Amino acid sequence: MKYQLELKEVSKSFGPVQANDGISFAIKPGSVHALLGENGAGKSTLVKIIYGSLEPDEGSMKWYGEDFCPTNPFEAREKGVAMVFQHFSLFESLTVAENIVLGLDNVVLDDVIISKIEKYSKQYGLSINPHQVVGDLSVGARQRVEIVRCLMQNPKLLIMDEPTSVLTPKEVTDLFLTLRKLADNGCAILYISHKLEEVRQICKYATILRNGSLIKNCNPQEHTKDEIAEMMIGKKIIKLARENIKHGKEIFSINSLSSKSNNMFGVDLKDINLSVRQGSITGIAGVAGNGQDELMRILIGEDNAPASSLEFKGLDITRLTSHQRRQLSMFFVPEERLGHGAVPSMGLDENMLLSRPNSSKMTRNNIIDWKQVRNLTNNVVDTFNVMTPSVSAEAQSLSGGNLQKFMVGRELIQNPELLIIAQPTWGVDAGSANNIHQALIALADSGSSVLIISQDLDEILSLCEQVHVLYNGSLSDSVDMQKNGLEKISQLMLGGAIQ
Amino acid sequence: MNELFVQIILGISIASVPLIFAATGELLVERSGVLNLGVEGMMIVGAITGFVVQFHFDNALLSLAAAIIAGMSIAAIFAFLTQIMLTNQVATGLALTLFGLGVSAFWGRAYSKVTVDRVDAINVPGLSDLPIVGPLVFSYDPLFYLSILMVILVWYFLNRTKKGLILRAIGDNHDAAHAIGHKVVRYRFIAILFGGAMAGIGGAYLSLVQVPIWVEGMTAGRGWISLALVVFASWQPFKVIVGAIIFGGITILQLHAQGFGVNVDAQYLSMLPYLMTIFVLVTLRIRIKSNTNRVMPSCLGKIFHSTQ
Repeated sequence: MKYQLELKEVSKSFGPVQANDGISFAIKPGSVHALLGENGAGKSTLVKIIYGSLEPDEGSMKWYGEDFCPTNPFEAREKGVAMVFQHFSLFESLTVAENIVLGLDNVVLDDVIISKIEKYSKQYGLSINPHQVVGDLSVGARQRVEIVRCLMQNPKLLIMDEPTSVLTPKEVTDLFLTLRKLADNGCAILYISHKLEEVRQICKYATILRNGSLIKNCNPQEHTKDEIAEMMIGKKIIKLARENIKHGKEIFSINSLSSKSNNMFGVDLKDINLSVRQGSITGIAGVAGNGQDELMRILIGEDNAPASSLEFKGLDITRLTSHQRRQLSMFFVPEERLGHGAVPSMGLDENMLLSRPNSSKMTRNNIIDWKQVRNLTNNVVDTFNVMTPSVSAEAQSLSGGNLQKFMVGRELIQNPELLIIAQPTWGVDAGSANNIHQALIALADSGSSVLIISQDLDEILSLCEQVHVLYNGSLSDSVDMQKNGLEKISQLMLGGAIQ
Repeated sequence: MNELFVQIILGISIASVPLIFAATGELLVERSGVLNLGVEGMMIVGAITGFVVQFHFDNALLSLAAAIIAGMSIAAIFAFLTQIMLTNQVATGLALTLFGLGVSAFWGRAYSKVTVDRVDAINVPGLSDLPIVGPLVFSYDPLFYLSILMVILVWYFLNRTKKGLILRAIGDNHDAAHAIGHKVVRYRFIAILFGGAMAGIGGAYLSLVQVPIWVEGMTAGRGWISLALVVFASWQPFKVIVGAIIFGGITILQLHAQGFGVNVDAQYLSMLPYLMTIFVLVTLRIRIKSNTNRVMPSCLGKIFHSTQ
């Protein structure tokens, strides 16, 4: 049988870093093939080689049994390789149709192409309007545009880089339907992800990479989630378990918080009440866009809240800035890492310094003690296994997962009495997610409180003793997990009330 | 009265032409995501080069060609520095403006007391003799018509051709354009050269048509006004003509006002076009504040560094 694409001993190194070391695997026509690995395992490099953005140092590739060595994306596209990027390569000020035309060779914008776009979007259930400006579209809709753009090239192989990391559960289901239709029509799909449940659901073949080397080619449906995760990270996943749940008195509360969103498309918060006790892990579940961003901004102190709606250690903190809240030992990890969590163009050490309370000894009489700053930064980098060339590397130069580890670590080494964290493991691979979860548990075990706002239901369920659901700006009461907890949460997430 | 009216209209159009050329060129450059602040420098080098060649050879076409090449040469320096050496666009553009002003002054010392033959208007036989309409529509110099044609061409290129679409896409998101496989640097390089050529003609128009003499620093800030015009036009070619007529109009009206002996110090009247520039930019900023991101090329002034 002829393979769609076959890789033999492909190697690529950047200076001293061996990104790919003799990788071999083969993709069958019409199959959905997963490429699995942690951040920095060499997935992106391998994909760039297939897509013609990089050339391999050694090894060869075959396309339907014929030699295949694209030197640029145009050549790869000509053969039938198409790619949906992780960070979408769309142009916000242009219309959907213009965006699609840009990705196609030898095509101009006319009525023919517009009707073709409509035909494809209907055929594969990808609803898009060719005349809309991309800047106005939701993330899910943008991804549909990217996919239609790829489909217009009649691809034989569609590469998808982390396609579901930004989608709502409904959008994920729709995407899988589309992918199945595509595969049934004979288009092979190379699916890059670290969400193992999804991979097991949709892929029959998987190639697992670790540190640039091939670990195994296997059928992911024949292995458990934990087995695959262990192959990816090369060590045992530690089961999450809280040893001593000891709840103390209430440390933080939200009291009848209502707030109009200052964003046109935002969600207004309606009468939110919440109580967090010492030593507890509290979770706020919910689909993105139900007020999470607005609530987080108020908790951090970026937006104002009505007087006495936030109380920490018995103090009304509504008028305190985020810096003053940190002084009280209330720490935050916002969802948006670059821009909210860290200054993208500054070093890790500088970012460390910027979020410190005055007590941290990093300054002496307002003069920065760089030695101390670097020591503390090094401490975080080592403890949380942040992969970075140096402690002064720019925040934006780190991968999303690595930066997340750094930011969580940065807050954790302060031993916060209350840590408020949004999407703790968004874009973080399984091994690091496990580390972060363990650290959060250890923090709660030591008597501090953790408030988690996350869309990842698995995460909430495995960590939190107390779970609330945010829907359309309203927060549910705490859900009793003993009696059909999961069912109730799913209902609440879709807007149903508890009966 | 009719004659004065015609004279004012003619004056306004002559004052607008250099702005239309320079601004339309810069508009294309900015649409590709590059901010070239060297317009003033490119204009003045075009002005002196055109003037010198006209003085020695007395050939309008040759002088224009020379001015175009001169403008493109300065632009090429800018393109090389910003696109290949990845220097900061603002600093490089400012440096080239200062360089252009200096080198033109140095080179123009020998030509400060001479005049050349003005490049004349073409009168379309028959039509230009019509009352009012004749002089208003059919008796401009050829460059006036060319400037309008260039606006149309640039509009057509940007909105009706695939290459124009690619250029806009590069201005919007150069990383994405690169990822798809479009040649970011090549497009920008060519756009910058085009901007240089247009600024060169604009400059030559000053020293060959408006006033056929050379005066040091004779562009007098028109390069800067052109830059403001691009913003005023919200990066739309046809609005450049509207803007240029407003600025040209104020320049001419204040001259006529001075001529009529309006009881205001001439210095204040001369300030008007520049004050107008600031005023327009501020009001425009307030008006489009909500959707500025939509009209401005997102990558404007950002350095593109291919990681490959």
